[in-house]
Amino acid sequence: MFKEHFRAKSFLPVIALFIILLFLPAVIPRFYTYLLATIFVTALLAMSLNMVVGHGGLFQFHHAAFYGVGAYAMALILTKTSLPAWIAFVAAPVASALAGLLIGLFCVRLTKLYFGMLQISLGSLIWAIIFRWYSLTSGDDGIHGITLPSLISSTKGSYYFILIVLVICLIIMYLIFRSPFGETLQAIRDNPDRCEAVGINVRRHQLIAIVIATFFAGIAGVLFVVVEGSVFPDMMFWVYSLEIFMMCLLGGWFTFGGPMLGAAIMVSLRSFIGSYTEYWTLILGIILILLIFFLPEGVWGFVIQKIKKRAKGSVEGEND
Amino acid sequence: MEILQSLNISAIGSHLLVGLSRAMILFIVSSGMSLVLGVLRVPNVAHGSLYMIGAFSAFSISNLLGGGSIGFWMALVLSPFVVAIISFIAERSLFCHLYEREHLMLLLFTFGLMLILGDLVKIFWGADYRSIMAPVLLRGSVSIFDSPFPRYNLFLLIVGPVVAILLWLFSNKTKIGKIARAAAVDREMVGAIGINVSWVFAFAFILGCFLAGLGGALVSPTVSITLGMDHDIIMEAFLIVAIGGLGNMWGALVGSLIFGITQSFGVLFLPQFAIVFPYLAVVIVLTWRPKGMLKSVW
Repeated sequence: MFKEHFRAKSFLPVIALFIILLFLPAVIPRFYTYLLATIFVTALLAMSLNMVVGHGGLFQFHHAAFYGVGAYAMALILTKTSLPAWIAFVAAPVASALAGLLIGLFCVRLTKLYFGMLQISLGSLIWAIIFRWYSLTSGDDGIHGITLPSLISSTKGSYYFILIVLVICLIIMYLIFRSPFGETLQAIRDNPDRCEAVGINVRRHQLIAIVIATFFAGIAGVLFVVVEGSVFPDMMFWVYSLEIFMMCLLGGWFTFGGPMLGAAIMVSLRSFIGSYTEYWTLILGIILILLIFFLPEGVWGFVIQKIKKRAKGSVEGEND
Repeated sequence: MEILQSLNISAIGSHLLVGLSRAMILFIVSSGMSLVLGVLRVPNVAHGSLYMIGAFSAFSISNLLGGGSIGFWMALVLSPFVVAIISFIAERSLFCHLYEREHLMLLLFTFGLMLILGDLVKIFWGADYRSIMAPVLLRGSVSIFDSPFPRYNLFLLIVGPVVAILLWLFSNKTKIGKIARAAAVDREMVGAIGINVSWVFAFAFILGCFLAGLGGALVSPTVSITLGMDHDIIMEAFLIVAIGGLGNMWGALVGSLIFGITQSFGVLFLPQFAIVFPYLAVVIVLTWRPKGMLKSVW
């Protein structure tokens, strides 16, 4: 009973935030609406990565590849074929998940750093093909001016579309996180050998997690196209993959919402600092190193720790 | 048909030589990375930045000395030391506090270092393309297999094996090399018998970075020196180390040969998709032998 009450209470701020976000575009300038939409897309991407990294303990080093596959599938269907637009919205995440399945099948046979190495080479393979296949993808120029359905082509329209998709995805992700599957995955992260010993099929769980995560990365790719109306190979370069990694770290690996916070901080910092100096990556690097030294659990993880400590302290106080 | 026509012996021979000389550069850089990976267990993402700094400081040193042959040789000797000094500072001030952390943290730390070094290079040298001339002795080309082959590449084909032999001598015949190899296998045991593991690590790290700088200085006459060369080399070095076997120096050599040769033959067969072939080779090797071609120290 108490637990139920506690949960409802902890969801209140989330609902309040959602309502604020619903009404925000009416009062803020267009640029900030766009920035918020970018934050949502990046947040979804970081959350999807954290499903395998934070919760699954897998070294998914090249997550941006799947983000790119989703975005490119969307862009190619919209520009090169005359299929109805809704097919692109469905097919792109599926294409991502298929790529995830294919790469996952190779990778789950390995562990830790070897897993990461194989993944980064397979992801780079996809990147290299897209980067070089000029006739299909226009190579490093990317594809620009993708026409979207009129409902979501305006800044506000795309904002609301992205917000709704994000919320639906987050609810599904939370359900997965709390489901027996999610709990098993976290157990595998903490002790793969023991899980194997009690009869859990570790590889299959990891593979399913990769497929789910890459599916969500594909959705993020679709949303990227909705925001920007263009795609380019840099969005799936391995450097960006490590930046997503950094967002997860910044927010907090082992929390559910942390990566979202990390993405929000990174995107807004990039936008604001980037407008003052061209040496943005220098500052990014310094932030990252400070983070590793002083805040390894991430911002969200740090806050939750403080809250827990305080709650514990007050309970102890009452007992006295 | 066009492909078949180009498939004569001389074309294959000259591509093989180009691939081999590219493999020598890759070997020098990736053996440094392999050393750091093997002894310190750190996947050093900043290795590519140090390679870039090696190339840029080679440019500055040779320019400072008038850009002639002497300038080049001095640059070749001095710029690895510039890189070694930078890595020494980074190691003693930051890195050495983090060895107990997990791999993922160390990887992200070196990623941060890469971002910082990349921008520092931009501040010091700017975003222009730079180039330096090879010394007179190594300019021009010689005729091998009836086709011209640059002399500088021949020089690389000599330097690569020399570095390999020196590294082998270091790790098998010197005391600190043996300690480093022991520390790679069991660092606690090495510490327990009274050896200062921290300094062994520092030495291995600096030597690895020295090799990155040497690779950068060696490559500088053959490419245009520019920002972004760190991104390309680091991925290649990582994959070479992975297919060779983490921490195995000979593995780095095997991996470099696979990488360099598939790259140059990719140019021969399918120029547009040449960069795809090495990645494909990595996938095949890792699927066939998940732990790399040779024995890994991990």
